[in-house]
Amino acid sequence: MSGFHKVVQTYQEALAGIQSGMTLMIGGFGLCGIPEGLIKHVYDLGINDLTCISNNAGVDGFGLGLWLEKRQIKKIYASYVGENALFEKLMMTGELEVELTPQGTLAEKIRAGGAGIPAFFTATGVGTLVAKDKEEREFEGRRYIMEKSLTADFALIRAWKADTMGNLIYRDTARNFNPMMATAGKITVAEVEEIVEPGELDPNFIHTPGIYVNRVIKATFEKRIEKRTTR
Amino acid sequence: MALSREQIAMRIAQELKDGDYINLGIGIPTLVANYVPQGVQVMMQSENGLLGMGPYPLESEINPDLINAGKETVTVVKGAAFFSSAESFAMIRGGHVDLTVLGAFEVSEQGDIASWMVPGKMIKGMGGAMDLVAGARKIIVAMAHTSKTGESKLLPQCTLPLTGVGCIKRVVTDLGYFEIKDGAFYLIERAPDVSVDYIRAHTAGKLVASDGCPEMKF
Repeated sequence: MSGFHKVVQTYQEALAGIQSGMTLMIGGFGLCGIPEGLIKHVYDLGINDLTCISNNAGVDGFGLGLWLEKRQIKKIYASYVGENALFEKLMMTGELEVELTPQGTLAEKIRAGGAGIPAFFTATGVGTLVAKDKEEREFEGRRYIMEKSLTADFALIRAWKADTMGNLIYRDTARNFNPMMATAGKITVAEVEEIVEPGELDPNFIHTPGIYVNRVIKATFEKRIEKRTTR
Repeated sequence: MALSREQIAMRIAQELKDGDYINLGIGIPTLVANYVPQGVQVMMQSENGLLGMGPYPLESEINPDLINAGKETVTVVKGAAFFSSAESFAMIRGGHVDLTVLGAFEVSEQGDIASWMVPGKMIKGMGGAMDLVAGARKIIVAMAHTSKTGESKLLPQCTLPLTGVGCIKRVVTDLGYFEIKDGAFYLIERAPDVSVDYIRAHTAGKLVASDGCPEMKF
């Protein structure tokens, strides 16, 4: 069984092998469903020159906003980056290269990357800045652009429950980009709220099968809320 | 009288059909949820991975793992489902969402839309807007007819970077309800007590309007 035991006890073990210059995927939508402890540990390690693939860039001082503070990110693929003043400054001064990508295209690029599909055609972005320098083809009378898939050296994701074999279940909208990223990392590290023994999770309700997951670490999360709205 | 933001939302809500799956953008579109007609049930899709979005939570119900695409805390209705971002955009790009309502900076008489970027100012990104305009079966743009400086936002051609090309067929502004076809804005209904001449004077794009154009009813 030991070959299938994915649980590690420390962030050093969880991120063993991570280095400057690598491409990283980071799960989450805004601050919802982000692997907080893994992000913090990359910040503590101080590695830089990173290419990041993440829907958003955190906020000032939390999430990927931390990595911006230390100028750890060279380039980022994201769909929406409007919550972060430092991000704006670094983008305007050219210190940070930004590849703005439509959210559905970003999700599909990652899904395709994990599924061994090198590229696909989509109608999203046809005739816009997104289509610049991309191959265009017509299928049944409609125009489509070719988008290349994405993979990463490390995928840092967050789930709700895991078993020790790396099977994962997500909770509510904290799922978002995490399942696709789990499939697209050469090494996928899942930071989770609870770890149980194999057999305790119903196989009918596994969201991410353990084959995609290399390491699992248990953590407690701050779960900061960006916009606290009530009725 | 030009319509208020709430009235624009009320008029769009009249388009909702029982059994529709809908996606509402940020701003005026979000208000549409407040005016769903009696006897009509709709399921709201939030592109971060939720079908069946409910109202904002009570203080006691706040759940940091449950937000909408605007990153606000929300609740779910009975029959809701959670899914990944890839699944969410399969719904959107695969044409499964019945109606999308979204805001815009500009719309052209060819049905082009610009809604995500003002060059030289902060660039926040397109989020899911390009996917939504490329994929939804029916799209309604909700926006002010003119900018703060009084310039028409219904134009012969968009001046800002586009979100989508030739994809918009319906626009509701504070002045009227327009259908875009054959390279023109056709005035379908006008806001109460707003004249066709007034609308013509405030529309830079080609406008087709009859003097007998009906007023909106609420």
